[in-house]
Amino acid sequence: MEEIIRINNLSFSYPDGRKVLENIFLSVQRNETIGLIGPNGAGKSTLLLHLNGILRTSAAVQVLGKEINKNNLRWIRARVGLVFQNPDDQLFSPTVFDDVAFGPINMGYSRTEVFQAVKHALKEVGMEEFEQRSPHHLSLGEKKRIAIATVLSMNPEILVFDEPTSNLDPRGRWSLIRLFQKLSATKVIATHDLELVQALCQRTIILNHGQIVADDTTTKILSDMQLLKNNGLAFEEIP
Amino acid sequence: MDISLINSYNEQDSSCHRIDARAKFIFTLLFILCIILTPPDNWSAYIAYFITIISLISLARLPGRYVLKRSLIVMPFVLMLAIFIPFFKEGEIAGSYNIRSWNLTVTYDGIQVMTNLLIKAWLSMLGLIWLTSTTKTNDLFHALGRLHLPQVLVMILSFMYRYIFVIIDEMMRMKQARDSRNFGGGKLWQLRTIGNMIGTLFIRSYERSERVYAAMISRGFDGQTRTLDNLNFRRSDIFFIITLVIILAAINIVNLLVLN
Repeated sequence: MEEIIRINNLSFSYPDGRKVLENIFLSVQRNETIGLIGPNGAGKSTLLLHLNGILRTSAAVQVLGKEINKNNLRWIRARVGLVFQNPDDQLFSPTVFDDVAFGPINMGYSRTEVFQAVKHALKEVGMEEFEQRSPHHLSLGEKKRIAIATVLSMNPEILVFDEPTSNLDPRGRWSLIRLFQKLSATKVIATHDLELVQALCQRTIILNHGQIVADDTTTKILSDMQLLKNNGLAFEEIP
Repeated sequence: MDISLINSYNEQDSSCHRIDARAKFIFTLLFILCIILTPPDNWSAYIAYFITIISLISLARLPGRYVLKRSLIVMPFVLMLAIFIPFFKEGEIAGSYNIRSWNLTVTYDGIQVMTNLLIKAWLSMLGLIWLTSTTKTNDLFHALGRLHLPQVLVMILSFMYRYIFVIIDEMMRMKQARDSRNFGGGKLWQLRTIGNMIGTLFIRSYERSERVYAAMISRGFDGQTRTLDNLNFRRSDIFFIITLVIILAAINIVNLLVLN
């Protein structure tokens, strides 16, 4: 097994002093799919933003054996594809093509390579015919697929998702989950969607109040009702 | 809100639609420049410009109603500026009115300048409508970039085009939420609510811009914009631009000869 991400004692607080992450230790192996669950405001998104160096507070994060620093940011970001929660933030170009091509162009691909990468990425998410469409015209499910294509086009080794299934109807959710199953990269998925975690992730991490509360196999964690309840993740019986 | 409401004809196909966006942009710029520089009393030139742009519009098969409706949108604003000119311009007096102690005089020169301003604005609008209705918005942005308009400006334009509908949608939802809670009360209270809504919209847009920027740097953005486009200057584009420049030049030369 090859270690692909290593977080060694990461803490982060907002400028006003509020602590968001505290003493995070984490190691991700190649080809793992990890579910990162926890209540709202637990610090999930903040943790994800550290994985490709959008937030850099300390040298605690290593990707592919390299500490993230100013000089290797581009290299890191080509390898860690971060998909944001709201596709309207991720898709900022006038056409789908421009958006999917944005990463490859910034990576310095040649013209033909860019066209190939875009075609390939759109095919992987099943949206080949959408190249010239405007993102505004698309449904949420379609936007989410395109948002995934925008990072797939950089051919990353690690895919990081922030709440990928939020606001989707059950059919849209399951078609997205099936899409994830086909993606071969290492995946870190922050979510509230326990069905998704059960279907995709071998390993699950619970984050609460900025700390890792549990880190174990998904089967173990999802069967521990008390643990889920304590962290606001389980159904509560209506008395 | 649907984006096609803003532009419904630029996805069609016609000889005008197929011309390279750069050629069309340069022509429109020259066209407007010629109109602005034409003296007010030179009616034949205005008729010639009108015939030129109308032929282009019909060549692009744009419906007349649509073009007329769009071209009139800007007129109230121009009228607001132009309406005072007849009262201030000096010259032969066409009429004077006494309102209490005021003595308002209207001059023929003033009326001429005012009508001329309206005609200039309207013809320029026709040119812009032709440009934007025959060019895909995205190609237009690429063309501006290729013509060395500063990339920052091109990016601002393209972000505006991308997010204006997102923001309008957000405004609509806020309006619905406000109306569902029975928006009433005095005028002052209503104004305050609207002020708060605008403020909220501004803050949300600001926060959104931070998230968009994070999404951009996640994909390797480093302040340099690089784009790929399919713009391709063909022989027919050169032919188009030469023909129209000759037409514009001819109009001006004929008028110079006639005037002297």
